[in-house]
Amino acid sequence: MSSARIQTDWASPVMQARVRRRYAKERRFRFLGLAALALAGSFLFFLLGTIFSDGYTGFLRTEVKLSVEYDAFELGIDRSAIEGAGGENALNTANFQGVMMAAATARAQSLGVAAKDIVSDGAWLALREAVRENPDLIGSRVDVWVPTSGDFDLLGKGLVERDVPEANRPVSDAEIAAFDRLKAEDAVRTTLNTTFLSMADSTSPELAGIWGAAKGSLLTLAVTLLLCFPIGVMTAIYLEEYAPKNRFTDLIEVSINNLAAVPSIIFGLLGLAVFLNFFGMPRSAPIVGGLTLALMTLPVIVIAGRIAMKSVPPSIRDAALGVGASQIQVVFHHVLPLALPGILTGTIIGMARALGETAPLLMIGMRAFVTDVPGGLTTPATVLPVQIFLWSDEVARGFVEKTSAAIMVLLVFLMLMNGLAIYLRNKFEKRW
Amino acid sequence: MSAAALIFALLGLAVAAFLVARARAAAFAGRRVFASAADRISSIHSRPAYHGWYVALWALVPALILVLGWSLVGEGIVADRTIASLPAESRPQTALDRQAFLAEVRGVVSGQLAGAFNPSADAAVPVYRSIKTQWSLVIAGLAALLAASGGGFAWLRVRPHFRARPRVERFVMVVLVLSSLVSILTTFGIVLSLIYESIEFFRRVSPFEFLFGTNWSPQTAIRADQVGSTGAFGAVPLFWGTIFIGAIIAMIVAIPLGLMSAIYLTQYAKPRSRRIMKPMLEVLAGVPTVVYGYFAALTVAPAVRDFALSIGISNASSESALAAGVVMGIMIIPFVSSMADDSITAVPAAMRDGSLAMGATTSETIKRVLIPAALPGIVGGVLLAVSRAIGETMIVVMAAGLAANLTANPFQSVTTVTAQIVQLLTGDQEFDSAKTLSAFALGLVLFAVTLCLNIYALSVVKRYREAYE
Amino acid sequence: MNDMMATMTANAEATMSAPKMTARDVKVFYGEKQALNGVSIDVHSDLVTAFIGPSGCGKSTFLRCLNRMNDTIETARMEGNIELEGHNIYAPDMDVVQLRARVGMVFQKPNPFPKSIFENVAYGPRIHGLSSTKAELDTIVEQSLVRAGLWNEVKDRLQDSGTALSGGQQQRLCIARAIAVDPEVILMDEPCSALDPIATAKIEELIDDLRGRYAIVIVTHNMQQAARVSQRTAFFHLGTLVEYGDTAEIFTNPREQRTKDYITGRFG
Repeated sequence: MSSARIQTDWASPVMQARVRRRYAKERRFRFLGLAALALAGSFLFFLLGTIFSDGYTGFLRTEVKLSVEYDAFELGIDRSAIEGAGGENALNTANFQGVMMAAATARAQSLGVAAKDIVSDGAWLALREAVRENPDLIGSRVDVWVPTSGDFDLLGKGLVERDVPEANRPVSDAEIAAFDRLKAEDAVRTTLNTTFLSMADSTSPELAGIWGAAKGSLLTLAVTLLLCFPIGVMTAIYLEEYAPKNRFTDLIEVSINNLAAVPSIIFGLLGLAVFLNFFGMPRSAPIVGGLTLALMTLPVIVIAGRIAMKSVPPSIRDAALGVGASQIQVVFHHVLPLALPGILTGTIIGMARALGETAPLLMIGMRAFVTDVPGGLTTPATVLPVQIFLWSDEVARGFVEKTSAAIMVLLVFLMLMNGLAIYLRNKFEKRW
Repeated sequence: MSAAALIFALLGLAVAAFLVARARAAAFAGRRVFASAADRISSIHSRPAYHGWYVALWALVPALILVLGWSLVGEGIVADRTIASLPAESRPQTALDRQAFLAEVRGVVSGQLAGAFNPSADAAVPVYRSIKTQWSLVIAGLAALLAASGGGFAWLRVRPHFRARPRVERFVMVVLVLSSLVSILTTFGIVLSLIYESIEFFRRVSPFEFLFGTNWSPQTAIRADQVGSTGAFGAVPLFWGTIFIGAIIAMIVAIPLGLMSAIYLTQYAKPRSRRIMKPMLEVLAGVPTVVYGYFAALTVAPAVRDFALSIGISNASSESALAAGVVMGIMIIPFVSSMADDSITAVPAAMRDGSLAMGATTSETIKRVLIPAALPGIVGGVLLAVSRAIGETMIVVMAAGLAANLTANPFQSVTTVTAQIVQLLTGDQEFDSAKTLSAFALGLVLFAVTLCLNIYALSVVKRYREAYE
Repeated sequence: MNDMMATMTANAEATMSAPKMTARDVKVFYGEKQALNGVSIDVHSDLVTAFIGPSGCGKSTFLRCLNRMNDTIETARMEGNIELEGHNIYAPDMDVVQLRARVGMVFQKPNPFPKSIFENVAYGPRIHGLSSTKAELDTIVEQSLVRAGLWNEVKDRLQDSGTALSGGQQQRLCIARAIAVDPEVILMDEPCSALDPIATAKIEELIDDLRGRYAIVIVTHNMQQAARVSQRTAFFHLGTLVEYGDTAEIFTNPREQRTKDYITGRFG
């Protein structure tokens, strides 16, 4: 151990090179960090880009112009029957399918394909709506725009790769030829897909809609909110403002912290075992979905509520106590109103999570094939994320765009909710 | 009278009770202006509104509990009575028959069905209707009685020196305590239902077999007499698949990317770019898992398979562990990043300054001072991320497949605990079969493992935070 | 020491009206730690009583016992007897809410509610039901603000937020809030420590104006302030009441050596 020490010569070439190497390392490290972020960002944009480019066509549909003969005899009804007392019933029993089939067949034969290649299975619904609007149509022959079949829809949106051998694509050469002829005659067009925005699930992609699932989500979330907001806020109040420090309180706290991290599918198992098997509640119903999601969202709201109430300065509580407010009045007059923006922000974020949740709802049967828009809390329903899951499993090519379009709808809802949460947070954020 | 109508009637009654009692208490007080609180208290202890609340609560709550209780169990009682009053030969025999029978009766009663297919159900309709009406009347009567006696009792106690406010507040307190019980009940509900169903399962399949067996094919194991000898419920391939995807592949993606993102955001990024990049990570965290699953299945999985084929791996599956794991890793990045962010910012600035002051570069400071100091927090965060990844369901359901392979080849298909739970419990269920029950046993394992991970990780993180406070 | 207290109290009672509040042998514990070792004191209704002493001597702790604000600290435990007009305030039948309405409090840091000036003052009368019409409430609010010497400064902006006022105004708002329920005793916990000298002078003037109407107890670490505003002074040290007597007496001719050392600035 020599005590003599040579003075470091910082200007020496060795040291200079060393410093340069260290700076190079520094730059590399910094670049790695930026690259990690850029990679994460590009994943996000790739994901959203893929969804958007696949999905925007889901909001459109192709229609074909057909000449339809509203023959009273074929329909089995006439004007007087529609305007009479049982008009609605008469409309529902009228043979619009037959009239549609006749018109489509006539057109299809001239093109050398089958009627079902051209028009959608549900095209006749458009005829019924037209007659409901205007009963005078009966007995006349008019040109009507009706939804095309799924194959024509793909052709109309340019989603068919025409240079692939016929055997490897869903659309035959004859169909392509027929489509091109219609196109040349200006007998096909692309419009907004109102069916998608107003109907429920269907086996054919061109008739499938997202509204059924959206309403199912709405009903489910309504139940969730009604249950977990009051219970969550009251739990937060109790724990933050009143609870004495003891074993019982610790148990509640440990429960809440752990529930917040329990995998969501476990809540599905709970819902299945308790709500369905034990209490015998109906399968696939929004009320059960709402209950299950409420249990899952509860810890989120409790934790957000406690943080919000903790940030209300104790001097406010002292001030209220000092003029003789009771413990309950202090909380309900002062702490709660001041904490409310924070609680609401947490609630919205919790609800957004519940809206995107799929796994627990699969457990309680919300993957049912539901073709009606759900009417109430106990009728079978599905929700947006489950609908996405179901459609993603469909074989028909037309469901790819529907799935992506449904994802876009879900993401729009989520963005609105999170936007609201951020707005609330910024608007009411108080610094003490 | 339906439960909803009854509840509305009770609410109306409570509002009336509130108004009347408040007026009476105000009359006791006599004056309306008081010089001081002591002055007011000497003429009436609690403000009139509290007297109103007191009477209204007594009128409402007991009756409401009765009505709500009835709406929970009433349907069952009416159904029992209806079936009991039928002649023995027209009673439904099995539980399933009974359900169908009652569904028909209820359908006809509510008018949804024009008529029942089962003639004995048709015959039961009037019986059901009359029993239901009878019971509803009884309950409505009881509720009215409870409301009247409760309200009356409270009404008699309204006196100038009656302490209504503390009593109303005690009621509020009880409600607060009751709501905080919900989360305990949920925890117990989870534990009890998982354990109960798992015990049922382990009656059929030995726990040893379940935990250590390497052959998983629940579909073939309906033969109850062969339980324990078929080896169809060996969950090891599931556990392996879960670890392989969630704890290995996903973490290989998420840890470096998340950690480096956090380092860049906390140490290098200017406030302006941080304002853009942080929300970007939050958006990544907010994308629903089903969307990630769809992305994994539709875009990533085919790409991974094509890549595998191009480098000469012939048995690459279109549902590979790699695709699911990578996408899950992407999903976890924001989580790891925010945990690492918290841990790094918790390191006292003095440590960082100390290192910089000696001439260390930023990266040297990060690597040799900040990261080692923040390591316990980061490790805790990573453990939480693992717990989240192994509990994640939709990505693996949609992208990982269902083949229970025990393989370390990332291009092969493996399956996970969560994917199997979904598979076992959706579609056609045989009630009480080993197949259905095995889902709960898997759920129990998943719950226990994530719980241990969470508790351990949270304690690590907590200890770390306290060390720097 | 106790004998001395007793004779002193007897002397005081001979010269003054019956005490508003009496405290006997008050001990306070925070968990294991004892913060007060047996304090006995009388508070008189027409006087300002000052508690002085170095930080951590227990003067604020004792003040907070007088309206049971210590109840809000979970680990705090109190022994002894405090009476308000002969009623034990720690008796089970004592409603703490009523007590605090009769024994108001002003805190060290001004703590107006983040509501309008009007709502700040009106809050107490509202929760205690002192009025039933807006006009009556308006009168109470105006009177309270006038008495707190704030009316002329805020009468045109009663709807502005209370937190937008200056520090001194905020503290007078808090005093107005306290007197709006017309308490019998007002406790002030270092009410000027967060204020500048001009605002402090205003508050001191106000305390002088309020004397006679309310019993006022003020905790201060500022000896000049105690000398200026109070008639009676209690000196606390290390959780013990060292000396209690007329302010003039304490500052000119203290009986205890420790008191002398403190007021001459030898420690503190």
